[in-house]
Amino acid sequence: MKPGTLKHAVILGSFCLGFGLLLAVTNRLTAADIAARALEDKQNSLSQVIPDSIHDNNLVTDSIAMKDARGKDITVYRARKNGKVSGVAYEIYGTGYGGEIKLMLGVDVAGKVLGVRVLAHHETPGLGDKIEEKKGDWILRFTGLSLLKPAIEKWKVKKDGGEFDQFAGATITPRGVVLAIRNGLEFFAAHQAQMTEGN
Amino acid sequence: MTTQYRTIIRDGLWDNNGVLSMLLGMCPTMAMTTSATNGLGMGVATAVVMAASSLLVATFRNRITQEVRIPVYILIVAAMVTLVDLCMNAWMHELYKVLGLFIPLIVSNCLPLARLEAFAAKEPVLPSFLDGLFMGIGFTFALTAIGAVREIFGSGTLFADASLLLGPAFRFMEMHLMSSNMGVLMMILPPGGFLVTGLLVVAKRMLDVRAGKAIQMGGAHSAA
Repeated sequence: MKPGTLKHAVILGSFCLGFGLLLAVTNRLTAADIAARALEDKQNSLSQVIPDSIHDNNLVTDSIAMKDARGKDITVYRARKNGKVSGVAYEIYGTGYGGEIKLMLGVDVAGKVLGVRVLAHHETPGLGDKIEEKKGDWILRFTGLSLLKPAIEKWKVKKDGGEFDQFAGATITPRGVVLAIRNGLEFFAAHQAQMTEGN
Repeated sequence: MTTQYRTIIRDGLWDNNGVLSMLLGMCPTMAMTTSATNGLGMGVATAVVMAASSLLVATFRNRITQEVRIPVYILIVAAMVTLVDLCMNAWMHELYKVLGLFIPLIVSNCLPLARLEAFAAKEPVLPSFLDGLFMGIGFTFALTAIGAVREIFGSGTLFADASLLLGPAFRFMEMHLMSSNMGVLMMILPPGGFLVTGLLVVAKRMLDVRAGKAIQMGGAHSAA
């Protein structure tokens, strides 16, 4: 061993140990607050797709794990009124111009959309990002719709012969979102018994 | 002594500005300046990390040997970034939701590392702390300026969402200058970042030439 190597190792090692401890302590101190904030965020995003009036339980804690049509693990949050399931909310995924679009979909027991919101996307600013509620009311149009209204073959953007507006300069984004919602509703139709079990 | 501090402050803010003069830290500069508010937030987070890590490196400068200095610097910067990340997530959550994604990026910013190596490793604690702080403030200034230009031409707004970053009292800063349909989309996209940064570098040099200053070629030198 070269002289001094041990010394360098000790110096580097003690810095690692010292800062490791510092981070461990900080993590300890902040963990509870961070978990509380994450829970609040989840509740906020859920309350946008499930109206407060239809449930009296805590959505975040009443959840079940399922696999979606692509085999991806999703969490299904259940809204209950007087113990009976009145609606469910779960994450759905679409493919846009810039990759995956992640949405939260709320559906009532009859299969009607209670609300949809975009959680994350990589669409072009100024063109595709009108799917965000902040940038336009396009996404609100889906509230109240179901697989029967409009008919299943009309669950497309107007350019493809469907019911929904595309944006000037962006067709792929709304196409991806419409398809994601349609798939999400079909998922509910196929798994309704499991998702609302206990009714 | 006072002239030394004055030089440190001038260097950080303008003469040897991290972005406009040294052209360091281009990754967060390009990625985060789609609006003035984003640039401001990223700049402030970077300034905090730079001041803290410069302080620490200067404190331990006589114990860190040449051979292991780079890993130790990176360790210190990474630890400070994680610390800021955790504390913001817990206690400044609204701000964290805006900036959270970009805080880890500070580790990969070469500006803090350059200042540690060029300045804090050789200088006493107080000057090092000031160097880190004012380099960070200079970085904030540059990012906010680039963000403002891109936002005005790209979205027609200035300091949009500033109230999310700074609190509701700052809503007055949010300006709507023209219809968002008139925005030049390219300014928000990556090419806009390069164009605006380049033009601002030119503007800074022209101002320096007019003031009769010798152009400082961006070197990461220490003020001493």
